[in-house]
Amino acid sequence: MKKLSARRRHPLAALVVLLLALACTGGLYAVFAPADKAQADETAQSLTIEEGKKLYAVGCASCHGTGGQGTSDGPSLVGVGAAAVDFQVATGRMPAATSQGPQVPEKKNIYSQAEIDQLAAYIASLGAGPSIPTEEQYGPEGADIAKGGELFRTNCAQCHNFTGKGGALTHGKYAPTLEGVSPKHIYEAMQTGPQNMPSFPDTTLSEKNKKDIIAYLDAVNSEKTESPGGLELGGLGPVSEGLFGWIFGLGGLIAVAVWVAARTAKAKKS
Amino acid sequence: MSTAQERRKAPAGERVADWADGRLGIYSLAKANMRKIFPDHWSFMLGEICLYSFIIIILTGVYLTLFFHPSMNEVEYHGSYVPLQGQLMSEAFASTLDISFDVRGGLLIRQIHHWAAIIFLAGMFVHMMRVFFTGAFRKPREINWLFGFLLFVLGMFTGFTGYSLPDDLLSGTGVRFTQGAILSVPIVGTYISMFLFGGEFPGTDFVARFYSIHILLLPGIMLGLVVGHLILVFYHKHTQFAGPGRTNKNVVGMPLLPVYMAKAGGFFFLVFGVISALAAIATINPIWVLGPYRPDQVSTGAQPDWYMGFAEGLIRAMPGWEINLWGHTLVLGVFIPLVLFGVFLAIIALYPFIESWVTGDKREHHILDRPRNAPTRTGVGVAWVTGYIIMLIGGGNDIVATHFHLSINAVTWFVRIGFFVGPVLAFIVTKRICLGLQRRDKEKVLHGRESGIIKRLPHGEFIEVHEPLSQEQMYTLTAHEQYQPAEIGPTVDENGVERKVKGSEKLRAKLSDAYYGEGAQIPKPTAEEYREITSGHGHH
Repeated sequence: MKKLSARRRHPLAALVVLLLALACTGGLYAVFAPADKAQADETAQSLTIEEGKKLYAVGCASCHGTGGQGTSDGPSLVGVGAAAVDFQVATGRMPAATSQGPQVPEKKNIYSQAEIDQLAAYIASLGAGPSIPTEEQYGPEGADIAKGGELFRTNCAQCHNFTGKGGALTHGKYAPTLEGVSPKHIYEAMQTGPQNMPSFPDTTLSEKNKKDIIAYLDAVNSEKTESPGGLELGGLGPVSEGLFGWIFGLGGLIAVAVWVAARTAKAKKS
Repeated sequence: MSTAQERRKAPAGERVADWADGRLGIYSLAKANMRKIFPDHWSFMLGEICLYSFIIIILTGVYLTLFFHPSMNEVEYHGSYVPLQGQLMSEAFASTLDISFDVRGGLLIRQIHHWAAIIFLAGMFVHMMRVFFTGAFRKPREINWLFGFLLFVLGMFTGFTGYSLPDDLLSGTGVRFTQGAILSVPIVGTYISMFLFGGEFPGTDFVARFYSIHILLLPGIMLGLVVGHLILVFYHKHTQFAGPGRTNKNVVGMPLLPVYMAKAGGFFFLVFGVISALAAIATINPIWVLGPYRPDQVSTGAQPDWYMGFAEGLIRAMPGWEINLWGHTLVLGVFIPLVLFGVFLAIIALYPFIESWVTGDKREHHILDRPRNAPTRTGVGVAWVTGYIIMLIGGGNDIVATHFHLSINAVTWFVRIGFFVGPVLAFIVTKRICLGLQRRDKEKVLHGRESGIIKRLPHGEFIEVHEPLSQEQMYTLTAHEQYQPAEIGPTVDENGVERKVKGSEKLRAKLSDAYYGEGAQIPKPTAEEYREITSGHGHH
């Protein structure tokens, strides 16, 4: 120790202390930093957020406010999370038209996935919220379809119909059809509860449950769904069945009756 | 000896007929009926569509009973349909899944059964309207009209109990709806509900009970009514449209044997074919996607089959009124629709009696009216149908809203207002159209058909040549008879004492005036008018 204290007035001592301090903080940072990856992406991440902020300023700020705090035209986006942004923008719902009807409809998406990720990163940076799910989370592989059906009928069918064909809500609002909606977006919708939909966070519907529901929809309402009975007639139930029966069933039979009645036996002239 | 030999020579067919006749007496029956004449018109075959679809329903229904288990025991599903694997469900639902996926031809037969039911009811509706608009319900056919009406109503409930049997989520919702309607009946509602379901809803009894009602009780009554309906058609003879040679006392057409036997027989197979094709092409009631019934689950788009859609509409359109009195709740929001359901159907059932009271006509009618020649009746009928259709729209208000991008609230308000305004407008418009058509008929009789040929007369005038109608056409257009409004009659009797005029008499005179008074019908052309116009005074 004496040796060390003897040299503490050495001209290079300050430099040594500085180096030590730096090594210390660096080491501590290396230990306590969240993850290796995050550390590596640090600059990339901030760049993404920067880009997202620019996109936000152009496409979103007029309604949601310059800092995402919300205005009279749009809600605050603080804490909605990246999943909400990915769902709303990738399904074309956002940016919404200035005068949409009772509900913002699904439309063509105008952003690339990279741009959506940038926007999502910016919004996520405003406050913690659900992040974009990975394929592992939403992929229908290995899920329990039957359980998913049960969950769907319990939680979703009252608005979205038995197999997700959609349904009416009050005052012109509606639960859209789930046909052709990607598993990722279904997952995000459940997670974040867009528009009139209630949200089903993991505490309500676990990750496994969500996966089951997605697998059920994949089985009963996708292009690979088989319809063993023939034409589905929209899958809307008795209204479309009744209409079909009246028009093609009874209509066809009346046409046949007209045809039969028009061909009558000729009486023999006596 | 020789006579015995001759007897032995009789052909086999004759011997069989003789044997049967000796025991059943069919000869006189066949002799009386085989040459029965039936008139030709496509609309007279609507009843046949109903009869044949009823037969198809019975045949396919028998097949379904072989595999269906009317039990509400809870089982775990392990059949062919993957998305329901391992789910708990009633045996009724599981066996319907088995019929759909594991029984040979099961799904096709199920779909034929259900499509035939849809068409049976639709056919009865159209058949009933045909009878209504042509006045075929008049004396002597009022009882048969009631038979037909009962068949329609029983058909509705047979259909309802039938689609409730699979115990799927959609029909279970419908049963719950019905239970709610039963509960809304004051005083006895709760008792009836407890009795019907053997306790609290849903209990474990209703599928088995509905099963007995669906396959035995109601079809049994219906079969009896159908037989009665047909016997009465034979007894009354079929009605016919007016035309040369057709009177109130004859029937012009073809004999039952061989012509109508062949036609009707062939038509049966055509009906079977069309229904089978429908069942092969389009899904009906895909219970596998609906899932098993659980009282805690429900889906949007939960409607009954079309013939109950009218009741659904009444409920959906009705505001949720209720009265609380002395600790009891009177659920008007459900009870009023329940009453309206009965009243609305009763109107059409009782109409023949109302009309015969208004006309005071006690004669038999075998010649049909053209709808235009009975404008008030036609107006009433169209008004009724309009109310019915508006309530059907109300029953599907959510589907209408989503598919036409409307607000469900707006649709419901349209239905609420339309139920009162629509029939009135329909009545007025229909009556005007009927009167217009009557005027056109009169014009045609008096001035002939517009030929489209324009002729220039020597002095330069252009005229369109009207082609006179043939004798037959003129007869057909003027054969109908026109009633005169009934008068109250003298209000003073022969002794000069003032008679008290009853309220019902006044009402009848008023109604009669509305039916047949000035402005309610166009006086049909008379022979004098015709002669005057065609007597050579040139064109008018």
